[in-house]
Amino acid sequence: MTRNKTYVADIERKLYDQRNPFTYSHKTDKGLTPEIIREISAQKNEPEWMLEFRLRSLETYYQLDLPPWGPNLIELDIDNIVTYVKPIVDRQYSWEDIPDDIKQTFDLLGIPKAEHEFLAGVGAQYDSEVVYHSIQESVAKEGVVYLDMETAVHEYEDLIKEYFMSLVTPRDHKFAALHGAVWSGGSFVYIPAGVKVEIPLQSYFRSNAPGAGQFEHTLIIVEPGSYLHFIEGCSAPRYSVNNLHAGCVELFVREGSTLRYSTIENWSRNMFNLNTKRALVERDGAIEWVSGSFGSKVSMLYPMSILQGERARAEFTGVTFAGGGQILDTGAKVVHAAPHTTSTINTKSISKGGGTAIYRGLIKVTKNAYHSKSTVSCESLILDNESISDTIPVMQIDTDQVDLGHEAKIGRISDEAIFYLMTRGIDEEEARAMIVRGFVEPISKELPLEYAVEMNNLVKLELEGTIG
Amino acid sequence: MTQPLLKIKDLQVHIEDKQILKGLNLEMKEGEIHVIMGPNGAGKSTLANVLMGHPKYEVVGGEIEFCGSDVSPLKPHERAQLGLFLSFQYPQEIAGITLENFLRSAKGAVDQKQVKVLEFHKLLKAKMELLEMKPEYAERYLNLGFSGGEKKKSEILQMLILDPKLAIMDETDSGLDVDAVRVVAKGVKEYHHIDNSMLIITHHKSLLEYIEPDFVHFLVDGQIVESGGPELVEHVEQAGFAAYKA
Repeated sequence: MTRNKTYVADIERKLYDQRNPFTYSHKTDKGLTPEIIREISAQKNEPEWMLEFRLRSLETYYQLDLPPWGPNLIELDIDNIVTYVKPIVDRQYSWEDIPDDIKQTFDLLGIPKAEHEFLAGVGAQYDSEVVYHSIQESVAKEGVVYLDMETAVHEYEDLIKEYFMSLVTPRDHKFAALHGAVWSGGSFVYIPAGVKVEIPLQSYFRSNAPGAGQFEHTLIIVEPGSYLHFIEGCSAPRYSVNNLHAGCVELFVREGSTLRYSTIENWSRNMFNLNTKRALVERDGAIEWVSGSFGSKVSMLYPMSILQGERARAEFTGVTFAGGGQILDTGAKVVHAAPHTTSTINTKSISKGGGTAIYRGLIKVTKNAYHSKSTVSCESLILDNESISDTIPVMQIDTDQVDLGHEAKIGRISDEAIFYLMTRGIDEEEARAMIVRGFVEPISKELPLEYAVEMNNLVKLELEGTIG
Repeated sequence: MTQPLLKIKDLQVHIEDKQILKGLNLEMKEGEIHVIMGPNGAGKSTLANVLMGHPKYEVVGGEIEFCGSDVSPLKPHERAQLGLFLSFQYPQEIAGITLENFLRSAKGAVDQKQVKVLEFHKLLKAKMELLEMKPEYAERYLNLGFSGGEKKKSEILQMLILDPKLAIMDETDSGLDVDAVRVVAKGVKEYHHIDNSMLIITHHKSLLEYIEPDFVHFLVDGQIVESGGPELVEHVEQAGFAAYKA
């Protein structure tokens, strides 16, 4: 009996691959020099301290080497990446005022519709600048601040000066330094004490320019006893040149607060996604990460939770889908730095068509973090023989009084399971789809609804060949 | 005279170049219950899997006709749509899809028409009650973490819902306690209304205390060596299969 290879379709990219003609009002030369940094800062009319911060970061960037571990980044030629691209539009507070081609892009991605239906606020960034930002009046009235970072630097200068890159410092790694030097766009969110924002805020980052970098900065402070769900979506059309995304996310979760941070990343397959995310959680606070990584050529993404106060809690739920030519090296890091802290990490990955999906994670428990508890579960599904999956968990434990659990499973779709489903009248293609959807179901139910639907479409399977 | 529902003629089957079935013949009419008994390794489960079209088994000779058509070119799901069903000896566990959602999809696929959600829910509830299954099993992932007995009940439930013309039961009674056998038998009786047929594969007679077969066959070393009425069951209990070894 001949058996053809099972073929699972690539993620439908038509929607994301819609590219607009590349127009801009300002664009820096390729490569990185202090002059370029000054130019970016001048364009943004920044205070002097921010320019100095950028220049110091650039120095650090020159000093640091590429990480000696993880995926190979040789193909990434930073000197050829344009760091700053300003679209021809000033920031708007009404969709009508945004140029048609840019507006159409966001329309296609469903952003204005989503804002209308189920979001408390929306930010939309196109290349290096935020082109749209709004927040519901009722939410703003409670003192919630949701602004693009450039405006925040002016309007909340003291806060920004105190917190900006204090959690992820430019010395953290080479791309954090790069980010400090060339950051542009992003969101600033401030939730006052006791305010619970019932509906999510969402920022959408869209990169259109070829060979450009995107370096948005997200800074969120949730004061004691508050709640926020923040959603971040990212995509870009595909060009033949490599793009770089080196964003930075800093989250400050105060006593007794909960912050849920959901990300769906669907960058194009020429993107190096080297993103740094970190949360500092105080007493009785909780950070809940939900992360879907589907796009990019190479991703290195390990959101870190620092549990600084007693009983602080971190949850990480992630799904990674690596297709042909993709290396998605993702995971989570948790530092238990106080007693009675808990962390739960749950990840699932699917690799197919020669794709590589790696889980890389760190659990660190400091000496004083007694009676802490950590549970890590990583499951991988490999859809064919060309694809690769691996799990690299690291644990550094400095106390005996700790409860640790780790479980890793790597599997394939079993022919017996397919046969079983087929004997119930279900064709092979649907049987495979059922198994793959079932595999990611515990994760997809954590995603915001529209993204859960999108993810189910991602695993829509096209098959040729047969088991029967 | 009605035409045979199932007609197996000189069936020869290989698995990984080893011959398992060596010229098996069997005919069943609508409404009949047939029992196949035989020692381990005789080819009983092979027969069940081959009838459903498992790709691991290679049919090298002979014919299988179901409802007058040759099923050999058909894939498992097409055989299911034609009215064949297999209750597995070892049912698979499928994570991420609930028993109810799965069975609704399966019902739609077998009947080739849209299933009404509420109507289906009622039907499922009724059949689960009959099988003494707790309602929360409908919301659990398909067979995942079910006990041996619950898995077999899940198989019988699927049989009742999909309502095939011919149900093949592969060792459904093995490993079950007395109480579970009683419940399974209840399901089987519910299923066996006038024109539904059954091919029961077993190597002991616990289920047969509840169900009266029309025919009993002994399968030894890939062939049916003797056929007869229910009295054969008693005979094999006394003499054992050894008497039939080639």
